[in-house]
Amino acid sequence: MADLSIDFNGIKSPNPFWLASAPPSNSGYQVQKAFEAGWGGAVWKTVGAPVLNVCNRYGTIDYKGRKIIGLNNVELISDRPLEVNLKEMAEAKRNFPNHAVIASVMVESKKEAWQEIIKRIEDTGVDGFELNFGCPHGMSERGMGSAMGQVPEYTCMVTEWVMEVATRPVIVKLTPNVTDIVQPARAAVKAKASALSLINTINSIMGVDLDSFEIKPNVGGKGGHGGYAGPAVKPIALHLLSSVASDPEYQQSRIPISGMGGVETWQDAVEFMLLGATSVQVCTAVMHFGFRIVDDMIDGMSNWMDERGFKNCTDFIGKSLPRISSFGDFDLGFQSVARIDHNKCIQCNLCFIACNDTAHQCIDLKDMKLTDEVTERLWPVVREEDCVGCALCASVCPVDDCITMTEIDTGRPHITWNQLIKEKPEVLQWDKMIEYREKNHIHIH
Amino acid sequence: MAEHYKPVKYKAWEMSLEERFQEVFPPLSEREAVLEANRCLYCYDAPCMVACPTHIDIPTFIRKISTGNVTGSARTIMEANLMGASCARVCPVQELCEGACVLEHDEKPIMIGRLQRYAMDYADEKKIKFFNKGKSLGMKVAIVGAGPAGLTCAGELAKFGFDVTCYERKMWPGGLSTYGIVVFREPVEVARAEAKKIEDLGVTMKTGVTIGEDIQFDQLLKDNDAVFVSIGLGSVPHMDIPGEDMEGVVDGLDFIEETKVKPLSDIKYGNRICVIGAGNTAIDCATIARRLGSERVTMIYRRSEAEMPAYHFEYQFALGEGVSFSFLTQPVEVLGKDGRVEGLKCVRMDLAEPDESGRRVAVPVPNSEFVVPCDMVIKAIGQLKHTPFIAKLGEYGIKTVKGYIAVDGKTNRTAHEKIFAGGDCIRSKGEASTVMATQDGKIAARAIYEQLTGKPIPEGTLKKSTDMTIDPAMEKGYALCEHKPRVHAAVTTK
Ligand SMILES: Cc1cc2nc3c(=O)[nH]c(=O)nc-3n(C[C@H](O)[C@H](O)[C@H](O)COP(=O)(O)OP(=O)(O)OC[C@H]3O[C@@H](n4cnc5c(N)ncnc54)[C@H](O)[C@@H]3O)c2cc1C
Ligand SMILES: Cc1cc2nc3c(=O)[nH]c(=O)nc-3n(C[C@H](O)[C@H](O)[C@H](O)COP(=O)(O)O)c2cc1C
Ligand code: SF4
Ligand code: SF4
Ligand code: SF4
Repeated sequence: MADLSIDFNGIKSPNPFWLASAPPSNSGYQVQKAFEAGWGGAVWKTVGAPVLNVCNRYGTIDYKGRKIIGLNNVELISDRPLEVNLKEMAEAKRNFPNHAVIASVMVESKKEAWQEIIKRIEDTGVDGFELNFGCPHGMSERGMGSAMGQVPEYTCMVTEWVMEVATRPVIVKLTPNVTDIVQPARAAVKAKASALSLINTINSIMGVDLDSFEIKPNVGGKGGHGGYAGPAVKPIALHLLSSVASDPEYQQSRIPISGMGGVETWQDAVEFMLLGATSVQVCTAVMHFGFRIVDDMIDGMSNWMDERGFKNCTDFIGKSLPRISSFGDFDLGFQSVARIDHNKCIQCNLCFIACNDTAHQCIDLKDMKLTDEVTERLWPVVREEDCVGCALCASVCPVDDCITMTEIDTGRPHITWNQLIKEKPEVLQWDKMIEYREKNHIHIH
Repeated sequence: MAEHYKPVKYKAWEMSLEERFQEVFPPLSEREAVLEANRCLYCYDAPCMVACPTHIDIPTFIRKISTGNVTGSARTIMEANLMGASCARVCPVQELCEGACVLEHDEKPIMIGRLQRYAMDYADEKKIKFFNKGKSLGMKVAIVGAGPAGLTCAGELAKFGFDVTCYERKMWPGGLSTYGIVVFREPVEVARAEAKKIEDLGVTMKTGVTIGEDIQFDQLLKDNDAVFVSIGLGSVPHMDIPGEDMEGVVDGLDFIEETKVKPLSDIKYGNRICVIGAGNTAIDCATIARRLGSERVTMIYRRSEAEMPAYHFEYQFALGEGVSFSFLTQPVEVLGKDGRVEGLKCVRMDLAEPDESGRRVAVPVPNSEFVVPCDMVIKAIGQLKHTPFIAKLGEYGIKTVKGYIAVDGKTNRTAHEKIFAGGDCIRSKGEASTVMATQDGKIAARAIYEQLTGKPIPEGTLKKSTDMTIDPAMEKGYALCEHKPRVHAAVTTK
């Protein structure tokens, strides 16, 4: 069986699955129960400045009968006394010496405050720290959380303060609520952080009640932006992860990343790891189903590894990163067209209407005489010469493998946009572009 | 048009004989399975899991299907139930897991049985082997009868490291899964492949050996550290009515067995058949007869619809197959010419006023005899016990309850410390079923391990599925932490 254990820049964990710093890791009871259930590590619910929480602190989005595709919250950092948290961290670490216990920290922007709390936490024996520069609500208004994470200089400064006193690895947790996440990531690298983690929650408002006009979630008649997480944010998280992981400046540092944002299954976890995460963290999915989901995460990932002959996580971490590229480097000669398998087609005509109304009008409804029923319905048929290969029809088709995007060779030159405008800068004029297309038999109607 | 999306419409006259004996339910396609799996709520302390006699961790195996970890799903099933492939097909799920599903109320229950079959089929197709024989303990156990109870006990014992030998009277192992359950519910190949998996765990299978004839029970007991008796039940009893020995009167179990082992076209069946009884076996006989091609099949039952022992879904299935029911009808004589059946003489019955026990007894209506013309009579009025065998066990001080072997429910041990028993031969109360027999085998295997080694069963083996205790993580998490949550479910509710 595959070995799932990881070494996260000195933080050892029996598997890459960690609880994210959030309600599931709020107490010693929860963290130890989670370890019993199989979680490899836990980033403790952020400790630091004193706070008071509100009720109705979570709001969720359901999608067509499925609960919680996204969850937002206006919860603050831990509202339990620091003393109690420290005692329980020590207890959890003592009882589970081989699991990763990581303390998430956030205090006001004062050097003494940061250094003092780091020193106090070190005494508990935790394996490392995570600096919460990401909380987008409540704390940010007090100059903490994302207020720090959104300014690279602050990120760098506070990380440096911590690095001066910390003897254990320090992870900097990044906020997604920035224009370019690479900037705060570089700031953390510059400050010699031991690792990065991302993403924290995304600013959001969950909705408005049509009867009462209240904001969702509704806190005594009022509402405001909160942090969005859960399955719906995964694509955003994957993008932010891959931007950092493929940044050359980050890559030079060789520090690991803990990925999170929408991880619910082992498959999600594998995707994060293929894009460069060494460990993954989970919050919303655990809040939905409990710690027991880790059972399938471990089982599913190790079966997947066995099937592919991967012995360790390092065999596949970052394996898809080299494929991350940008538009200018894509092959303009790569051509595909939609092909419909009429043996599978159930004649819902969703492909037709999608293509006709919103793509390139290249699916016809035709009398194909494929059956001997008198009332035979018309069949969708792709006019391949007009198909631009956008893949919309394949996306809307409800039948698996019914419409396949098939690669074809049309003789178009294999050239990237960047190469093209270097070689033929004149194509940036429409008339020259049309000339270029004609010459290369590129017809777009 | 996409064949696999077409609803299955059963029109017997449009299908070949072979087609009519394919499994009634087609396998789920991957898409169907994933959609259905995603509908499951993944309940905590799920009622479906409690209702399953083997306590398969149903929410977990379903979740694993939804995440594409079908291998893991099959393992989860097999950890609790080595007869997972049979159970997926034959369990009366409406009465068990699916009947308990929380979605019963405002949606419809999850198709647990068919999802289970999906996972088991996947593992079989990929030939995945989940378990191995445990490190040898140097102890021997004999199993008498290789039906679901015996095979399960054998498999679990082999996993623990016992040297296990199964003695089976028939040519093939599997018990009624192989010989008794209609092929359109469970194909013979499925039952045999399941038995093969037990052999692959290092269990020695001695088929064609009848204990009590080829080998004496005394010998078996002498040669082994423990014996598990899982001989099931025997043939259909006599009705004790005139004409019963005529040609054309058959034992329902023999009739079913033919369809399991013979080419379908070689089977002789009547064109107008009376099936006597209204239990599961009777329904199976009647529906088989229809699928073979019999034009008129009538079930003869002395009580009314409300008392019939078959499950409601079986009754509905039979009606859908075109079987007719003659309730409140008692057979009194088989009529015939030259020793061949020509009719069944019956009398009408009435239900009397309830007696003290509240039960309405059926009483014959005077002068109401009538004859149902027929060319075949199938007897399906239950199964005899293996009385001689059980009488022999009496020599070891083993008691019986209503003719069934008496055991202690927690261990399935008989009054003799080396003899354990399970399956239909101990089922003095409750429904005899494959899944109950399977659970019996597990309980005995565990008790045998604990008795012979003097140690509790190793952690991670059998435990999770046989003990329905609260989440172990919750218990341990609670025990470990000094600052305990104020109220703790495991402590307060269980
Ligand atoms: C027609 C029919 C349909 C059924 N349908 C269903 C169904 O749909 N769903 C369901 O859950 N259950 C069903 N059952 C019940 C189910 O098959 C049984 O409960 C189950 O098989 C019992 O398992 P077992 O191991 O106790 O006995 P069996 O399966 O009967 O196996 C006992 C084995 O012991 C062998 N044996 C007996 N005596 C000796 C001896 N002296 N020496 C060696 N070997 C011996 C027998 O040959 C047999 O192989 C059905 C039963 C019948 C008869
Ligand atoms: C209710 C809630 C509370 C959270 N509290 C914290 C916190 O205290 N500190 C922190 O660093 N992140 C906090 N987070 C963010 C999570 O750690 C995580 O980054 C985010 O939820 C994305 O992961 P997910 O999609 O698995 O939920 C919180 C998230 C939620 C939903
Ligand atoms: S989840 Fe628990 S704490 Fe939260 S509102 Fe419900 S009962 Fe209260
Ligand atoms: S969307 Fe798919 S199934 Fe529907 S008509 Fe088009 S090809 Fe057929
Ligand atoms: S009770 Fe139904 S919904 Fe709940 S876990 Fe079981 S199958 Fe799923």
